[in-house]
Order: sequence, then C-alpha cells, then structure tokens
Amino acid sequence: MERKSPAFNVFIYACAVLLAVVILAPIAWLFVMSISPAADLAAKPLRWWPQSADFSRYQQLLSTAENSAGAAFTASLRNSLEIAGMATLAALLLAIPAGWAVSRTPSIGWSLSMVIATYMLPPVALAVPLYMGLSYLGLLNNVFGLAMVYLTILAPFTTWLMKSGFDAIPREIEAAAMIDGAGLFQTLRIITLPLAAPVVATSALFAVLLAWDEFFYALLFTSDQRAKTLTVAIADLAGGRVSDYGLIATAGVLAALPPVLIGLVMQRALISGLTSGGVKG
Amino acid sequence: MSGTWMTTRAWLLMLPLLVVMVAVIGWPLVDTVGLSFTDAKLVGTAGNFVGIDNYTKMLSSSNFSRTLVTTTWFAVASVAIEMVIGVLAALLLNQEFRGRTFLRALMILPWALPTVVNATLWRLIYNPEYGALNAALTQLHLIDAYRSWLGEPGTALAALIIADCWKNFPLVALIALAALQAVPRDITAASLVDGAGPFARFRFVILPYLAGPLMVALVLRTIEAFKVFDIIWVMTRGGPANSTRTLSILVYQEAFSFQRAGSGASLALIVTLLVTVLALAYAALVKKTAGSAT
Repeated sequence: MERKSPAFNVFIYACAVLLAVVILAPIAWLFVMSISPAADLAAKPLRWWPQSADFSRYQQLLSTAENSAGAAFTASLRNSLEIAGMATLAALLLAIPAGWAVSRTPSIGWSLSMVIATYMLPPVALAVPLYMGLSYLGLLNNVFGLAMVYLTILAPFTTWLMKSGFDAIPREIEAAAMIDGAGLFQTLRIITLPLAAPVVATSALFAVLLAWDEFFYALLFTSDQRAKTLTVAIADLAGGRVSDYGLIATAGVLAALPPVLIGLVMQRALISGLTSGGVKG
Repeated sequence: MSGTWMTTRAWLLMLPLLVVMVAVIGWPLVDTVGLSFTDAKLVGTAGNFVGIDNYTKMLSSSNFSRTLVTTTWFAVASVAIEMVIGVLAALLLNQEFRGRTFLRALMILPWALPTVVNATLWRLIYNPEYGALNAALTQLHLIDAYRSWLGEPGTALAALIIADCWKNFPLVALIALAALQAVPRDITAASLVDGAGPFARFRFVILPYLAGPLMVALVLRTIEAFKVFDIIWVMTRGGPANSTRTLSILVYQEAFSFQRAGSGASLALIVTLLVTVLALAYAALVKKTAGSAT
C-alpha cells in the first residue's frame, strides 16, 4: 500500500468534513426551519437554532380536520401513496414477464431497446394528447388516470431492471426443472421468481421513488384534493402566499421522509441498481 | 423445444408491455405529430391543417432561440459541475479514512430527496427577505445588503444550477465510486512501483476504468438536464424576465398556459428531435469510449 504523509491525511479529513457539510447543511436547515418558531425565521440577524423546538406544524399538517392546511396535505399524501402503489404494481405486472422474455430470448431484445429509448422523449411531447385522452375518458383529476400515465416512466425502467436481474439467473436451473417435468409457468413460479425476488423488490422501490418524485404530469392532470399529489401540494405551498416558511419546510420534511428512509435502508440494493446502469450501459 | 415456439412465447410475454406502451407513449407521440400541423386549441375544436406553419413560426421566434440558449447553458454548466465534483467526491470516498462508510451513506440523501422538495428547499434558502444564504453571507460580511437571488436575471440561472448540482452530483459520485472500486489493486500498486505520480496514475491507470461508466452518466444527466422542468417551475417558473425559461417550460406555456395545442406540439417535437440528436451523438461517443477503454 501507498504510505500516506500526515499532511495528506489532514487534507483527506478536511475534504471529508467539507463534503459532509455540503451534503448535510441544506437538509439540516430544512429540518431546523420546520421546528423553529415563525419569529425566529423572520429574525434579523437570522436565528440559526430555535430557542425552543416547535413541532406544532407537524401536528397541523397531519391533522385531518375539515378545510385545514392539514386536510389538503393528508389528502395529497394519500393520493401519492395510492398512485405510487397502483403504478408500481401495474409496472411490475408488465415488467416481470417482459423482462424474462427478453432475457431468455435475446432475438426479441430490440423491442425492449425501443421501449427504453422512449426515456429520451421529453414528457412535453406526450402531454397534450395524454391530456385530451384523459379528458375524453373522464380520467383527468383522477388517481387511476395519473397512475396509468406514470406507466410511461415506470414500465420501461422496471422492465430493464428485471431483464438485468433475470440475466443473472442461470437458465440451466430452469432447464433442469423443465427436464424434471415442470411446465413453464410452474418453473417460473417455483424456481425463477423466488430467485428474482431481490430484483423485484429493488425494481418496486425504484418505481415507488420515481412515482413519488413525479411532478410534471401531476401538475397538468390533477386540479384538487381528489387527485393532487404531494409534489403538487408542496409546489402550491411554496408558490402560494403562505407566510410561515416553517410550514413549507415541514411539508418538505414529511414528503422527503419516505424516500430518504428507503434510500438509507436499501442503500446497497439501490446503489447496485443505479450503478449497474452506469457500468453495464 | 423449437426456436419458433420460443420466439412466439417470448412475444406473447412481451405483448402486455408493448400494448400499454403503444397506448400511453406510441399513440400520444403520433397524435402530437398530427397536432403539430394544425392550429388546434387545447380544449374545443380539432383545428385546421396549417402545414408546417407552426414549425416555421416557432423556429423563427426570438423566444425559441433565447430559450434554446438558456437550456443549453443550464445543461452544460450543471452537468459539467456535477461530473467534476462527482469524480472528486468519488476519489475522496475511495480513500481510507475514519467515517468513510458514514459519508458514503450520506451521499444517498440529496439523491433521495424529491426534486420538488429540493427546489422548495433552495427557494427558501435563496429567499430575498428571510433566506439562509442572505443571512449567512451578511453575517460573514461577504455582502452588505440582502439580495434577491432568484429575482434578478443576473443570478437566477446560476442559483438554479447550484441547486440542481447539489441534488445530482452525489449520483455521479456513486457511479464513479463503483467504477473506482473495480480498479484492480495490483495495477495501482504496479504503477506506484513504476514511479507514476498521482496525476499520471489518475490519467493512465484509473481514468480508463472510469471512462465508460462516466460517459453513461454524462449522457443520462445531459438528456435529463435538457428536458428540465420541475426544479425551474418550482423555483422561478422561468422568470425573472424569462431568464430561466427552458424549452420544457416554453412548451408548457405554449400548450397549456396559452392553450395553443398545435404550436405547443410542434415545439415539443422540436425539443424531442434535439434530445434525440444529442442522444445519438452521445451513443456514438459512448461506443468509441467503451472501445478504447477496454
């Protein structure tokens, strides 16, 4: 190994501290804003640390009292959960068979390449017909309608992840089961899917994160509490005339909590999913 | 089992995905092409055929050229900064020091933060009256008076780029770190024995391993930056004085704010074409890099 001079070590630690501060400072500030009394946030010079922690905004946003700020927020929270859940489930139902088919029959791989190439399409290229179509079907401002639109993003991505996952499962295992007399669907159910369970889980998490994060279609296709998602609710708060910045910060913390927890807990799986894209191309 | 049956079976399993993709992507795309030759409004009449009028009008408008410049500037600056800081962070995280695992875990945070929350967070930080940036810079005596970072055309785009970089450089870092960990130790050790300095080592030993994955990250990030909408909509809505208006914002305004579906569609297709050309050029570059790196 390389021998490191003390000066080099000091340099490394200084850089590490700098990186940690750059990453943590904005996030920490978001949290501090959410628990600072409104007077502290408007003080000049700004008070960086609240004199007393004030968690009342969390209570306010999570309350479901009629016509409160909380009612709008909890409605959007529920919509986001429903839409992300439905879209993820539908995407996996499409992605698992398609991913397996492409993995085992490379000659049809070009069809998946075409599906993945749609990633390049800016959503604005689809937005007008989708708007008219949803309007025709009566699915504007509707959680089903938005979940369906989210398949444009979720389905190609999960199929591609599933395909790489199936590639890692040797087909000899399937062949052996077939020789022992198992039919195709029996083989897939008993042998392949259990082996692919971790990939299914990773794909599902990615899909949930993508749906949770989506803003453009939600902004266009939803208009009130029946379907508005969290991202739209937060943008409304940030762009509206809310005088208490702490309330906006609190909404941000609550919306960020699920994906950040998923990110931290599933760190290893997510990174390998992300980088397999980068490394394998 | 015969080959044709295998292929037929594969197509049958692909079918549900393909049907859905045609319904939610294929048909809308074709319909956008059709709309782009009409003067259709978003609601109401179907509109009349107007030939390539929408395209010529859009391409010759000063709005379009200005927006194209803004978008390119945003994409080039944010992606370049993300790549440089990302690689530097990855080189750091690849060193041995105490707290390294913790720091690696932190990198996932900005990536996991929803884009809209990130935009809102930075909007609060840049707030002209109560923002943390103004407070910090004043308390450090770097500026005399509070400034409206997002309210002035001179600083708004730069402020957006910083916010975008903060969220996205960790992804580049994580991809680069994974590639760095694939560099065999005996190769770096051998280069040390051969007397390679740190820069020569980075250039000739480490960079070849990084090139492929970084090119892919570069492609994906550039395409995303070119399509950018969320962060800009939440932070500035394209303002002030349209100084942060990108192509996607322009399409949104044309098609949805002004309800001109026809010209909005033509503009959307122009953007699609630009992104496609960009992606194809990059794909050729990736192939070349991958060929020379291995």
